[in-house]
Amino acid sequence: MICLGIEGTAEKLGVGIVTSDGEILANITKHMPLREGIHPREAAQHHAQNIKPLLKKALEKAGVSLDEVDLIAFSRGPGLGPCLRVVAVAARALALKYRLPILGVNHCVAHIEIGRLTTGAEDPLTVYASGGNTQVTAYVEGRYRVFGETLDIALGNCIDQFARELELGAPGGPIVEKLARNGSYVELPYVVKGMDLSYSGLLTAAVKKAKEVSVADVCFSLQETAFAMLVEVAERALAHTEKEEVLIAGGVVVNRRLQEMLRSMCAEHGAAFFAPPRDVLGDNGAMIAWLGILSHNSGMKQSLEDTHVIQRWRTDEVEVLWR
Amino acid sequence: MEIIAKGAEANLYLENGVVIKERIRKEYRIPEIDETLRSMRTKREAKLLSLARRAGVPTPVVLDVDTKRKSITMNYIDGEKVKYIVDTLSKEELNRLFSEIGSLAAKLHRSHIIHGDMTTSNMLLSRGRVFFIDFGLGEVNPSLEAKGTDLLVFRKSVRSTHFRREKEILKAFFAGYRSEYPDGEEVIERMKRIERRGRYVSAR
Repeated sequence: MICLGIEGTAEKLGVGIVTSDGEILANITKHMPLREGIHPREAAQHHAQNIKPLLKKALEKAGVSLDEVDLIAFSRGPGLGPCLRVVAVAARALALKYRLPILGVNHCVAHIEIGRLTTGAEDPLTVYASGGNTQVTAYVEGRYRVFGETLDIALGNCIDQFARELELGAPGGPIVEKLARNGSYVELPYVVKGMDLSYSGLLTAAVKKAKEVSVADVCFSLQETAFAMLVEVAERALAHTEKEEVLIAGGVVVNRRLQEMLRSMCAEHGAAFFAPPRDVLGDNGAMIAWLGILSHNSGMKQSLEDTHVIQRWRTDEVEVLWR
Repeated sequence: MEIIAKGAEANLYLENGVVIKERIRKEYRIPEIDETLRSMRTKREAKLLSLARRAGVPTPVVLDVDTKRKSITMNYIDGEKVKYIVDTLSKEELNRLFSEIGSLAAKLHRSHIIHGDMTTSNMLLSRGRVFFIDFGLGEVNPSLEAKGTDLLVFRKSVRSTHFRREKEILKAFFAGYRSEYPDGEEVIERMKRIERRGRYVSAR
């Protein structure tokens, strides 16, 4: 069975083609050029303009035609409404024209499942940090339960907004990471509440601090503080859930320092650390296609009327029938 | 010294009938952050354990604080974590237990004590009494925001850990909380508002 998956919850548009054996035949992602934050309508336009060429490219790369595809999957949420709707329309059009079953799947769960597929992690605690999401989840009785998450903005959003405020460029993550190499520590607020965390106060304080000390120092301290918070929350969740594996997901965890810190935490607790390859770490179409296959094989069905998008869709609302 | 538990941030040792909780160094964070966090949390925890007891909430008695070693010595509570007994309780027992926990949370908040990590892992049931422990993330803060967040942490931990009995637990907890705290409703309303602000609230 071959599934074509379309991802488009935020500024990235992705098309992935995956077989039911878990072979990724194609996984092509198009990044919208960002100067400022994501404008939902502009991102939606970007997706609408690029979906056709991207589909073509992915099919060529995979060496399959649409007639050979058995299932269409798309990112149904959570995400930006206008982006989700463009992707849903594209998926529905394909499903109608080629008379294929269609499945709208959860973006966050897709990150977890592609991580399990590509790393071989069996039952991990997942640390998922991206521009729009920051959460620590683990599978318990039929659901990916959320053991820790941000109470306000996401980690990636915190760093991107900081970079934007200081006009360092976009995307902020790699720029801040580079600048941080020459910085030393200045104190910033560290906010962990139980297994949850909060980044909005840290963002405000970091922007303010940059008027007093060097940008490199603030970048270094922002990274050290924000990452230590996330690793601590992951550590608490690991102790709490007693899982033996840690899987990372999301665009922010490509950061070397963050990975190093997570590895160190895992070593202390004797947990195995799993990092998926970079092309499936950030938002991508293959993860949507793979979750489409898992869902389909566990008997999930959707009629076209059921494929409306869900902007706010919690990870723990999804029934995991394939495990 | 016998190690009795290794938590996420501290080791617990039992020695001559007393417990020593030592916050251990974390290699993953830079020494500046590590040192500050461990010192601050050790001091705060010792202070809040005493304040909480004065507010009428059972806690272990603090016998000594070692700021250098980042450790607190306290009396040993022979009990079980509430987390592990939830599934063994009858409906009535569960109701009684969480209504009591709710009223203890209210006592803390009435005295402006924020626990900071209110989960069933940090509550011990010992001879019919519930002890609150692990105040390291706590603070004294009279604001509605802090109290609302404290309740939200609890509610979310119940959602992830005790999903089978989530409804019963929360009903009893909030009933207990309201009964002990005249301004409790306002805090609960704030909790809901904070939750709506978050990223992951489902549409409802």
